[in-house]
Amino acid sequence: MTTIIYDGTFEGLLTVVFEIYERKLQQVRLHKDEWRNGALFEEVLTIVTDQPKVRRVLNGLKERLSPDGLKRLYITHLAEMQDSDNTLLGYIRHVFDSEINIEEDYGNKYVLRLSELTKMIGRERHRMEAFIRFQKLSDGTFYAAIEPNFNVLPLLIKHFRDRYADQKWLIYDLKRKYGIYYDLDKVEYIEMEFSADVGNNKLPSIYFEDEQLYQHLWKNYFNSVNIPSRKNMKLHLRHIPKRYWKHLTEKI
Amino acid sequence: MDAERITEKLNILADAAKYDVSCASSGSKRKNENKGLGNASNGICHSYTEDGRCVSLLKILLTNHCIYDCAYCISRKSNDIKRAGFTVQEVVDLTINFYRRNYIEGLFLSSGIFKDADHTMERLVRVAKKLRTEHNFNGYIHLKSIPGASDELMREAGLYADRLSINLEMPTETGLKLLAPDKNRQDMIQPMGFLKHEIIQNNEEKKLFKKAPIFAPAGQSTQMIVGATAENDKEVLTSANYFYKNFNLKRVYYSSYVPVLSDKRLPGLNTAVPMIRENRLFQADWLMRFYGFKVNEIVNDQNPILDLDIDPKLSWALRNQQVFPIDINKADLQLILRVPGIGVQSAQKIVSARQFRKLSWDNLKALGVALNRAKYFITCNSNIFEKRDLTGTAIKQFILAESQSKYLKKIQPQLSLF
Repeated sequence: MTTIIYDGTFEGLLTVVFEIYERKLQQVRLHKDEWRNGALFEEVLTIVTDQPKVRRVLNGLKERLSPDGLKRLYITHLAEMQDSDNTLLGYIRHVFDSEINIEEDYGNKYVLRLSELTKMIGRERHRMEAFIRFQKLSDGTFYAAIEPNFNVLPLLIKHFRDRYADQKWLIYDLKRKYGIYYDLDKVEYIEMEFSADVGNNKLPSIYFEDEQLYQHLWKNYFNSVNIPSRKNMKLHLRHIPKRYWKHLTEKI
Repeated sequence: MDAERITEKLNILADAAKYDVSCASSGSKRKNENKGLGNASNGICHSYTEDGRCVSLLKILLTNHCIYDCAYCISRKSNDIKRAGFTVQEVVDLTINFYRRNYIEGLFLSSGIFKDADHTMERLVRVAKKLRTEHNFNGYIHLKSIPGASDELMREAGLYADRLSINLEMPTETGLKLLAPDKNRQDMIQPMGFLKHEIIQNNEEKKLFKKAPIFAPAGQSTQMIVGATAENDKEVLTSANYFYKNFNLKRVYYSSYVPVLSDKRLPGLNTAVPMIRENRLFQADWLMRFYGFKVNEIVNDQNPILDLDIDPKLSWALRNQQVFPIDINKADLQLILRVPGIGVQSAQKIVSARQFRKLSWDNLKALGVALNRAKYFITCNSNIFEKRDLTGTAIKQFILAESQSKYLKKIQPQLSLF
């Protein structure tokens, strides 16, 4: 078993792939930068990201995978899920060790695991598209705060740009401390320093005048459409797990 | 806007609309044009009520004033309830402001019938027209067609709405006559037939001219109330099948009758809502639309009522054991789809994955197959498989013993109400 230390980027991961084949390594374990916990008899290798090597691996993947298949790898890496890079590494090695395209080889554990991770990311993205609640600020911008389990903000840009083309909006990931902002022309990544939490209803003056009214109407609507004789909280919680509640107007 | 008055209206008119179970916001292909507001493509459920139903659209009545006196309907003329009505502008403002905050996918507008069919339909169409033409709104709009509305109004409705639906209310004409003596089935079928014709014609035009306007791109749907009248599942599903086949409907919704009114023609007020039956009907409907089952394979003269304790696919498999076991590594997709415990997604994954290697029990489990049910009906790359010659009853008992059905406690026979 060789422990590999890399910088945690997608390019870093692709460089690792190159080195594994170059050095004919067998069993490896990935660790990002900070790893210091050296066991005595382990072999430790630090790999520095190298663009020419990245390009060669990327070209190899392009030959062996469909465009969607390659995109899935990048999205999974981007989502920053626990230990996903080890799955990606196993998957990429399976790609290079096979003669044919293995994207549908669900009998392989890495292919199956990647399909599960992709599904989890897709679900979180979809939930954000559903559960984001904009609040209209006094300058007319629509603001929403989110705290998704995975880093899915980049995956939301197209959906919200296509949908809300005629209003300025800002979606901010409170966990990862960055947001996407649409200014009626283009979407940009932004970072902000919050002096106070604007996701909180404590500062009514920053809201547009009718914001409270529509929040009130929406909560009323939500309560009116419930059919008490069919109450089923188990199903309710499965659809909207509690961790989403604090940003849902109707559940606050 | 008078906040108090509008809140009261919204409460009344949302409450009156909630018994319509349709909530779909998918199946349209309306794009955002000229930097307008919204688009409609893949459905999104923006919230869920405590009864677990999806909230996708602002589902309201324009008014709950109604000239009809249908026994099952909370808004019926003779019911002593608060009445209210929205103006066209109020509905437009609510829709736009809810949509901009990402609360909803669009509007589902229905109405009690005031004055006559055309007056009511005209007002519904006016809301949709205003949203589309004055506010450049491209979100989803579902309009109810009013039975007996004229062809001209229906054509206009199709130009602005994504989906149109007309509720058949009761699965059979006899049921309708009993509970809604003022309504007649022909008035419902007529606009449905007209729209089917227009949708087909529009599709033809689209092939010739790319710029032809879109017409009701998400098609038509309908709803039937079950449990209010005596129809059995065979009658309900046969009727649904008839409308799928003859009117190209996208969806038939089954709505359990919720006893809200006391009437000697209806089940009593404290009768339980037949939710399990509704669920089995939905499952059967799915089998017809996505699994290649014919209606008479699911219900027929020998089996007119769906089992409540097991799903309709398992019932079918137990009645047709001569088909099984099938070899998962060789059988056609169509046959794999018929195995209890295997859904559409797992079936497709099986067919893809078996090109690379022969699949074993572990592979199948990892792919998401419910082996507790499937294992009695399949073989795979393993020497272990069900070798006993079990009867249908035995298999059913084994499966029920292993699973914890959320329904088991509540099961009641279908006809005990009458």
